[in-house]
Order: sequence, then C-alpha cells, then structure tokens
Amino acid sequence: MAAVLEQPGTAATHGPEITGRSPWALAARQLWRNRIAMASLVLFLLIVAVCLAAPLYAHYVAHDNPFATNLTGTTIVNGKRVPLLQQGGGVLRLGETPVGPTWDLRHYFLGADSLGRDVAGRVLYGGRTSLEIGIGSAVICCAIATVIALVAGFIGGITDSLLSRIMDVIWAFPVYLLAISISTVLLTAPNGLQVGPLHLVATSLWLPTLIIAFIYVPYVYRPVRGQVLSVARREFAEAAIAQGASNLRLIFSDILPNVVSVVIVLLPLMIATTILTESALSFLSIGVQPPNASWGTIINDGQDLLYTRPWVAIAPGIMIVLTVLALNVLGDGVRDALDPRAKLRVEG
Amino acid sequence: MLTFIVRRTLWTALIMFVITLLVFVIFFKTPGIDPARAIAGRNPSPQILAEIRHQFGLDRPFPVQYALMMKRLFITRDLVSYSNQGQLVLPEIFAAAPATLSLVFGAAVIWVVMSVAMGVAAAVLKGTVFDPLLMILALIGISMPVFWLGEVTNLITQSRLHDTFLFSWVPPLGYTPFTQDPLRWFEGLVMPWLTLSILYIGFYARVLRANLLEIQNEDYIRTARAKGLSERRVLLRHTLRTSMITFVSLFGLDFGVLVGGGALLTEVVFGIHGVGFLTYLSLTNLDLPVIMATVVYGAFFIVLANALVDIAYAWLDPRVRPT
Repeated sequence: MAAVLEQPGTAATHGPEITGRSPWALAARQLWRNRIAMASLVLFLLIVAVCLAAPLYAHYVAHDNPFATNLTGTTIVNGKRVPLLQQGGGVLRLGETPVGPTWDLRHYFLGADSLGRDVAGRVLYGGRTSLEIGIGSAVICCAIATVIALVAGFIGGITDSLLSRIMDVIWAFPVYLLAISISTVLLTAPNGLQVGPLHLVATSLWLPTLIIAFIYVPYVYRPVRGQVLSVARREFAEAAIAQGASNLRLIFSDILPNVVSVVIVLLPLMIATTILTESALSFLSIGVQPPNASWGTIINDGQDLLYTRPWVAIAPGIMIVLTVLALNVLGDGVRDALDPRAKLRVEG
Repeated sequence: MLTFIVRRTLWTALIMFVITLLVFVIFFKTPGIDPARAIAGRNPSPQILAEIRHQFGLDRPFPVQYALMMKRLFITRDLVSYSNQGQLVLPEIFAAAPATLSLVFGAAVIWVVMSVAMGVAAAVLKGTVFDPLLMILALIGISMPVFWLGEVTNLITQSRLHDTFLFSWVPPLGYTPFTQDPLRWFEGLVMPWLTLSILYIGFYARVLRANLLEIQNEDYIRTARAKGLSERRVLLRHTLRTSMITFVSLFGLDFGVLVGGGALLTEVVFGIHGVGFLTYLSLTNLDLPVIMATVVYGAFFIVLANALVDIAYAWLDPRVRPT
C-alpha cells in the first residue's frame, strides 16, 4: 500500500519531460517492440547474408563450382570416396543417381543434382538470384506505381481517368497469364528484346525482373493513388497552395512524404509476392534461364529426382517458405506500426 | 440497377477488346520477334513459314492481321498447333476444361468451409493463444509455393508413405474423368484439392478474421447485443453475414482466376490434364498458337467472372451501386 501511495509523488518530482516524437520515430519504436516482426527481420537479413556469401561458400568451404557439370567427380561420404553419379540407383535400379545429402558442409552437403553439381552451393547462388529479382522487381514496381499515382492523383482530370483505366486493364489481365505471354514471346526472340538503346538477352536477369515489376504495378498504384487524392485535399496542402507553393514543391514536400508510408507498408508484402511469382515462372521454365539458377529452377531440376533424391527439390522450397514467411510477418508488423487501422492490403 | 448492369457490360466488352489487342501486340508486335517463326515452333521449314505468313496475313496492315487472328480465334476456331502436327487448338482446350473445373470446384468447397471455420474461430478466440496460432498457420499456408507443396505431397503420398495404411489408397498421378469412374475421380483429386486450397484457406481466414473484428465495433452490432440477442445469433446473423460481402466478392475473383488458368501449377505437379496443363505443355514446346488461345480464353473467363461478381455485389449491397 505504501508503495502505491509513494508512486505519484516520485513521478511528480522527477517525472520525465514530455518530448515530441515524429510519427516515423513512433512507428519505428512500435516496430522495434514487436518481437515477432523483429525476429522475422533478423531471419530475412540472415537469409540475405547467407545467400550473398554463396561464392565464399563455394570457394572456401565446398571447393567446387556449382555451375559446372561434373559427371565423373567424386566426393567423400563417411570417410570413403564415392562417385558423384552412381550407376543404377532409384526404384528401378536403372540409369544414374546422384549422390544424396552427406550432411557434411565441406562435401556436397545436400548431395548432387543429375549433372553432378553441388546442390547446397546452387541453393545459395539460386537464393541470390531469387532475392535480387524479388527485391529488384518489387522496388521497381513500387517506384513506377508511385510516380504514375503521383501524376494521376495530382493532375487529375482526363490524365487521371486515362491512367486509371490503363491500370484497370492491366489489373483485369490475370497476372500469371500476362507473365506467361510476355515471357514466352521474349524467349522466342532470337536476339532478345531491343527497345531503343536497351538490349536484353533471354538469359538476362533483368527480363524476369522487369516482367514481374510490370504485372504488379496496378496492385501498388491503386492504394497509392487513393492516398495521393486524400492528401492533396487536406488542409496543409491547401495552406501550401495558398502560400504560393509551386507544384513541384507541393508534390515533393507535402504529398510525397505522406504517401511514402503507404509504399513502405506495401513493400515487404510485394517482395514476398514477387519472390513467389519468380519461383513459379522459373519452375515453369519461363523465368530465370540457364546458366543462371534460382530457387524455382532448382525445384524444377529436382522434379525428376523427387522420389530418389528429394532434397534437391525440398531444400530450395524451404528457403522460399522461410523467406516469404519472414517477409509476410515483417509486413504485418510494419503495417501495424504505420497503418494501425489496417486499411492497406495486397489484394490478389 | 439496370444502368449499372449496362455500364458494367459495356466496360467488360471494352476490357475484353483491349485484352485481345494486348495479347495480339505481345505475340505479334514485340520488337525483335518474327511471329511466323514463333508460331511455327522449333526448326520450321521455309514452306511452313511462307504458309504461316500468308495465313496470318503478316504482309498486310496491322488491323487486317488483328482481324484475321480474331476470326480464327472466335469465329472459325481453326487455329492449329504447328508443334503438334496440325492439331486443332480450340477443341483441345474445351476437352481439357472438365479436369480443370473438377479440380477448382473441389478445392473451392474445401477452402470456403475451412477458411470460414478458421477465421471465425480466430476472431471468437481473440485474446487466447489459439488466435495467433491459427493466424501463424494461415501465414505459413500463404507463404508456401503451391508447386513445391504439391511435390512434397507427392513425395509423401506416392513414395515415402505410400505403402502404409495412411496413403495406400492414393492412386498414381493423373486424372480420371468422373463419367469413367467416380470413385477413382474422387481419390485422385483429394490431394490436388487439399494442395490447391491451402493458400486460399490461409488468405481467406486472415481476411475474414480482420473483417469480423472490424465489424464487431459497429453500432448495429452493439444494438443487436443491447437487444439481448445471444452471442451466437449476433455472430451468425449480423457479424458473419456482413463479412460475407467481402468474402463472396473475393471468392468470385479467385475462382475465376483459377478456372481461367491459375490452377496451372497444381495441374502440372499432379499431372491433371486440364487447361493449365495444356498451357504448360505448349510452354515447354513454345507452341504459340496454343498459348495465345489459352491466354485469351482464360482472360475472357476471368473478366466475365469479375463482371458477374460486380453485378452480384451491387445487387446484394446497394451502397456500392453507383447512381
């Protein structure tokens, strides 16, 4: 009882001074306190770091090249030297079966694929590709969508309705069918895509990146344009106009800062979506092209080995699930911090 | 309401026109592409190339080319696959449709029942440990690539645990038509249904839970409680009923997307010879006529489903009806 009575007194004598905090600081503090979101951020960064270290792993730990065909190589299992491709494995005892996981980081940790390449090294390199395409396309997509939304929402009138109608058409076009059409056509082009000075060959990673960025633009455009419209009508924007602010000043110092939070909420969820899309396209062999590998192409490689050497297909899938799960949880946390009423959702 | 239907129908027609135009431009006018070579498949002979150039009017102006293509897609329906020795494309697509419909219908039943159960359970149990647990399960479901999940399912049910009592009833991969053997049809589709529905169970459960919690603070729910209605009745007749508006409109869109070609990955992994599998086969051969036809017909189906959903939505909920 005494302790309870004492408390107000102590608080009054040296109570903390109330200091103003910016909304960004408040949101950051909220996110910092969200243990699950922070844990998933750490997991995501860990996956990124491990995948970036792929060349180090291949060079210093595994001492192999995960991209070179190695049909006659050998490795060490339980201290014994065995060939990478063994005759007559599998159910039918026909053909060649690659060596399975050795669970030894130095010697084919996850085994070899049907060309005798180190699966563990490929999963790391593939992760680098998947993350590059996922993050790259999400960032490009958000940037393009934000610019179009700013133009449409700020100028309004015919520009706005025209841009919004174009977005509606792309939105109405089913995502996978659009991606499939664009990818197949570009893959049939003998010399790759040539638009002005831009020249992309079929094996370039920019191709899937740009295709995926393009198909998701309307999904980011809609919420951002809504926010631009609502911000442009607020009192502070009117005040800025009354003070004679130029259009550029209005866009960059009044509207954009209030729209950025929407984009930041959507970004982790978009990366999760683009990583899944990339893996699906690569699985269908219309995403990342050899010699590059991504998690999707490795799962595709592992399809034929599914019943004999399942780890070739399982391992990259686990990486995808962990990455996407971490991003989704992080995205939920960011949304709770920046947009407590949860108005924004990635629909799809 | 009638004006709304008319306007929505006109908009749908416009969208369909633009989609055919877009597909046409993508397939015929992408810089660096020779459409004749792309249509002809791998290693065509010069005669075939010349024949294709003539048939598709590639030496004639753009609108003629477009009109010729649309005529072959919708009116004469005599588009042939060059990679597949002159097989007619459109009958092949219609023959594959029942398999896709069987897959999507069954999965839809599972995902509606399961996601309503999960969403309601999570909303009712908010504050207990079960709510976050269910939502983490839902998130894991959303985060799994469907083709990988299908492969893991195959690994377990076809290989590793196939000889145990758990999965010995699972038939080999493939699709058996319902008219041929209903029991086999059902057995063969159980695993594909479950695999396809998991993503949607997770997604819908999350949306429904958020929606239910949002509606719980509405005035009319408080009124219903103040009238002395039981919690059960408030939930079933007031809260759940209102959330069903969002739920049903999402369902219409996703169902359309899946029938229109979105079930592709599941069909490929389980060897179900539906429309998506056909698209996949033509992807591996780069068989452009088939891809073009499946894309256009799939997109049409989805746009049509969207229009029906919008009209149904406006009919159910007068608030969204524009005047």
